[in-house]
Amino acid sequence: MSKTNSLPEPNDQWNLWEVFIQESDNEPHRHAGSIRGADAENALQNARDVFARRGKTKSIWIVQSDHIVATTTGDSASFFDPTSDKVYRHPHFYKHTLDDELWKK
Amino acid sequence: MSENIAAMEAEFNRRIAAGETIEPNDWMPEKYRSQLKRLISQHAHSEIIGMLPEGNWITRAPSLRRKLALLAKVQDEAGHGHYLYSSAETLGISREEMFDQLHSGKAKYSSIFNYPTLSWADMGMIGWLVDGAAIINQTTMAKCSYGPYSRALLRICKEENFHKKQGMEIIATLIASGDTGKAMVQESFTRFWWPTLMMFGPHDTNSPNSPDMMKWKIKLKGNDELRQRFIDMTVEQAQKWGLSIPDQQLAFNEATRSWEIGEIDWNEFTAVINGNGPCNQERMETRRSAHDNGKWVRDAAHAYEEKHRSKITTAA
Amino acid sequence: MEKIKTPALSEYLIRLADDRLILGHRLSEWCGHAPILEEDIALTNIALDCIGQANFLYSTAAESEGNNRTADEIVYFREALEYRNLLLVEQPNIDFASTIVRQLLYDTYGILLYEQLQQSTFKPLAGIAQKAVKELRYHFRHSSQWLLRLGDGTVESHLRTQNAVDKLWKYTDEMFISDAVEVELAAKGIAVKSEALKERWFTIMRDLISSATLTVPVQGSFIRKGGREGKHSEHLGHLLSEMQIVARSYPDIVW
Repeated sequence: MSKTNSLPEPNDQWNLWEVFIQESDNEPHRHAGSIRGADAENALQNARDVFARRGKTKSIWIVQSDHIVATTTGDSASFFDPTSDKVYRHPHFYKHTLDDELWKK
Repeated sequence: MSENIAAMEAEFNRRIAAGETIEPNDWMPEKYRSQLKRLISQHAHSEIIGMLPEGNWITRAPSLRRKLALLAKVQDEAGHGHYLYSSAETLGISREEMFDQLHSGKAKYSSIFNYPTLSWADMGMIGWLVDGAAIINQTTMAKCSYGPYSRALLRICKEENFHKKQGMEIIATLIASGDTGKAMVQESFTRFWWPTLMMFGPHDTNSPNSPDMMKWKIKLKGNDELRQRFIDMTVEQAQKWGLSIPDQQLAFNEATRSWEIGEIDWNEFTAVINGNGPCNQERMETRRSAHDNGKWVRDAAHAYEEKHRSKITTAA
Repeated sequence: MEKIKTPALSEYLIRLADDRLILGHRLSEWCGHAPILEEDIALTNIALDCIGQANFLYSTAAESEGNNRTADEIVYFREALEYRNLLLVEQPNIDFASTIVRQLLYDTYGILLYEQLQQSTFKPLAGIAQKAVKELRYHFRHSSQWLLRLGDGTVESHLRTQNAVDKLWKYTDEMFISDAVEVELAAKGIAVKSEALKERWFTIMRDLISSATLTVPVQGSFIRKGGREGKHSEHLGHLLSEMQIVARSYPDIVW
């Protein structure tokens, strides 16, 4: 039987995780917030209790927060503005009136 | 360098003025950051300390239905404290640091939770008055300029809908049940009326943090305006229930179409805020002992994770 | 057709309900005092499930009695001697370890019990069991994971948890006593003979306790029992005096 004698650092905070909740089959997982968890299972359970208390949850993803890489507001000009004139990426670019009825089905 | 900061500050001010939200990785003035840390952590502490006066009655709730509702409500408060601590953490302060500030008495929290809960009617009163006041504050603050705080508040407002209703139902049922129930409500109302009005804080003329916070949209309405909104709403509800309001000077001003109250006892407010309220000491001791008694549990979870993480690493 | 709604049925439903209510009450005592905020929320969630199940069971019992007694009357106006819960669930929260161990000992039993009650010939009970099983599986997941963390965590957590296991173990045999009420109802397919659950329960517990690097206590020849006949530990009286004080102080008020 092995027992650890080394105490954790004085700051006894658990790891930080980001929580993504899917509310129904047809929806993507959306960021719901962050959670503390000592380990993955603990974080998953905490996410369930904090963010899924009111039902309407199909699935939960968690990922350790320091694994998230994000753009900053300063990036936004170079990252996103170039895409703003590419209307052909958006469905409303296509105006085939003939097909409109089909789309509705 | 200073020119650079001036430019960033100008851009920051422009974004605030344009109604954009500020996000964690964005540049922000240090004072904006520190004001938000203070504000959000105070709000988080209020949720956590706020669990105690109601938690006090969970084991005594007089029916199963009331017990379930109260448990769910206090649990929500823990959840809301959680959202708020998380949003404060995005500003670069850890939950541990915030707890340290709370436990050392450095951080403040809503003065109302330093009053005791002495009868079951207080559970109704907290829902009706205290949550009612909090909702007025929070729905206003949900439009604030800091993204994570604003989003946390939106979620909180959505969930708190049932808190106030739960309280009003307790009161209505007690009143309907006869003289004993009504007397219990009146006694509780008399105790809670003035402390609830103090929740909105000092008069704007005596509120040292207000001007900056207004400019940066981390405060959107003055204390007095929000307090007045609460008074106008609540006086009418109290009258419908036939409750008498413990204020001899209360009078309706026909010109402004609103209720004017007598002066709040600001000495009492200052005493409570500075740690000398009826329950400050008990609340702090309860929080501290929960935290201290829980240390071995948090350590155990830490140690277990470390052990098992290293096992996985060794295997790989 | 044989009569289903007998005094034994009401007795059985109330004992199931008492187990859930008293355990839920103990958990609810943690609200605001847990070791970490996340556990305040988790323990309250489990308490809500327990008391919610109790509520359904009491209401079903009250209905089966057909004498206008309400669920709240059953809860708030019975003496400790009339309560029928297991001694295990009324044991106090000495520390977080004792709470987790008590919970795990019950959760494991609860899953086995309610899994079978889903097939009860008394439909309302089968319905309650279907919901309860889902909740109990989650409770088990929570308590079993914590047993591993605490047992295999630090020296202190290991000692505290072993201590809790040792202290509470003597209350576990009571879960598997099949008395006359159970036998009568089991014959009609309404109840489950709990003695039949023991072996499976023991295997699960033994494996879990060992995985948590803890030692399974040796069951002495003396079994602590009596809850089903109202012979409780002294703890229950105090628990009830708190739970019932408001309701009994104002018997005329509608809450």
